Amino acid sequence: MTTINHIREGQAPPLVARRVRSSRAPYALIFPAALLVAVFLVYPVAKVVHSSFRQENVLKPFDDGFIGLANYSAILRDDLFWSSLAFSAKWVGTEVGLQLVFGLCLGLIVNEAFRGRGLARALLFSPWAVAGILTTTIWILIYNPTTGITRYLADMGIGSYGTSLLSSSSGAFWAAVLAEMWKGIPFFAIMILADLQSVPGELYEAAKVDGAGRIRRFWSITLPHIKRALLIATLLRGIWEFNNVDLLLTLTGGGPANATTTLPLYVAQTALETKEFGYGSALTMVAFLILFIVCVLYLKLTKMGDDE
Amino acid sequence: MTTTAREALGSRPGTSTDRAGHQDVRRRATRRGAGWQVKVPLVLYLLFTLIPFYWMVMFAFRERGSTSLLPLPFTLDNIQHVWVDSHFATYFANSMFVAVVSVIVSTAVAVMSGYALARYKFRGKGTFQLIMLCTQFVPGAMMLIPLFQTFQALGLMNSLWALVIADTVFHLPLSMLLMSGFVANVPESLEEAAWVDGCSRFGGFRRIVLPMLVPGIVAVGAYAFIGAWNNFLFAVMFISQQDRFTVPVALSYMLGEFGVDYGSLAAGGLVAVLPVILIFGYVQKFLVKGLSAGAVKG
Repeated sequence: MTTINHIREGQAPPLVARRVRSSRAPYALIFPAALLVAVFLVYPVAKVVHSSFRQENVLKPFDDGFIGLANYSAILRDDLFWSSLAFSAKWVGTEVGLQLVFGLCLGLIVNEAFRGRGLARALLFSPWAVAGILTTTIWILIYNPTTGITRYLADMGIGSYGTSLLSSSSGAFWAAVLAEMWKGIPFFAIMILADLQSVPGELYEAAKVDGAGRIRRFWSITLPHIKRALLIATLLRGIWEFNNVDLLLTLTGGGPANATTTLPLYVAQTALETKEFGYGSALTMVAFLILFIVCVLYLKLTKMGDDE
Repeated sequence: MTTTAREALGSRPGTSTDRAGHQDVRRRATRRGAGWQVKVPLVLYLLFTLIPFYWMVMFAFRERGSTSLLPLPFTLDNIQHVWVDSHFATYFANSMFVAVVSVIVSTAVAVMSGYALARYKFRGKGTFQLIMLCTQFVPGAMMLIPLFQTFQALGLMNSLWALVIADTVFHLPLSMLLMSGFVANVPESLEEAAWVDGCSRFGGFRRIVLPMLVPGIVAVGAYAFIGAWNNFLFAVMFISQQDRFTVPVALSYMLGEFGVDYGSLAAGGLVAVLPVILIFGYVQKFLVKGLSAGAVKG
């Protein structure tokens, strides 16, 4: 600390600090990270921008060339783009809303003192580690029409035999929402729990002495303390739910009849199946811009960047 | 924020009497126990979490055609079938290779750059951090097409190294920021004391900082492992040769088959889920604490 103050005040810094300042060490240390990110992230992003103005199809390389904004104008006329954008909004809104509510409840629950709390936390948070296709695999077993959970429900008189949740569009939607909640709620709970642990216990004691009830204590002490964690978790979860491809691609395949196709899923399918790289790149750019604008609006509305 | 991070490093603030008092309060609370308002939702949520796991285990060990809700009649045929006949042993080894190498590379790179960010002032630091933060907004699906082209140009298609690189790069920014948070929490004065005693910068790092960074390294490493192990999109895009499949790719092919064999699928799922669950079980305490310093992917 003293060395830093020396530097700030313009005095001659001690020997150690001078050596540190003039060194090339930091550049050497960040070089591997910078190289990896430049070659495999920054360059590819630049490539997407470039490709989005071109006709590019791996299957038809002879047609490739610069076509200006043609890809973008085609997007505006693409019904699947608009429907996938609408579904993205519905998907992100539903997922994040439900996960926020249940994640907050779960975080509050596992913050309470009870026997076996450590084990309960480990069990309850474990789906967080089971992402994407592994989640699909588990839930496919539950949703399958012949021996899945609907069969046992039918035995108890609920629903009928041989129905598959995944065959109707609203069924597929809620089936996907439930599976995604299963692995998404723990994330909210973890973030919230981490912040709950930093709320000073004396505040609650003082509030109790002043006669504040459970609900009052939650509104006046807990909520303001974890507000930041809630805002950050909501933002991150929103970004990841928007970008989520694995689960929807493998659980519903975007179906039935594209009813569960999000914008990034549409991009992935364009790349994987039709190999229309130019059009896919333009779709990617649009998806990225939409996400970026929404995030900036969110940060402005919640005034999250201001207090730093 | 700082308190939780400091707790993660094992050096709680406060005196020992303070701590004893704290434990006392906790013990009393435990004895009193939680009310039904906590217990009922807790049990319901436990069921919601565990039934899907149970369902998979049941299918994996139950004989085909059985409709019992217990894994009866018990059989190991599904596991045997998947591991040997469906070549999951190979896919498991491929996934393990990708995940382990990815963990080594990303933690090493994250420690280096995290240390630089926490301890040095240098020109371009702000820009570097900004670029790293911005990459967090880049969706995986966005990278598919350009990475495909890049790996094709480098001759890395169908190579497990393509997955190592893609997974590492994707997790690097966050790992690095988390790591710089952990480094920043190691008191700089300890390091300075080591230099005064004649340690070199690297010596001070190795003897003072590195041992205190272990929880951070475990957290970041586990995060990298889980991410790499679960990655599906890159694997399905860059790998088409069957003997290079990773577990998620193999599972997706099982799902795509006409008339899925649910017993085998469950067995395959179990093989896929076990490593991440075991690792998560081991590091979850570190993760919960480490997460408050930053944020980690879901």
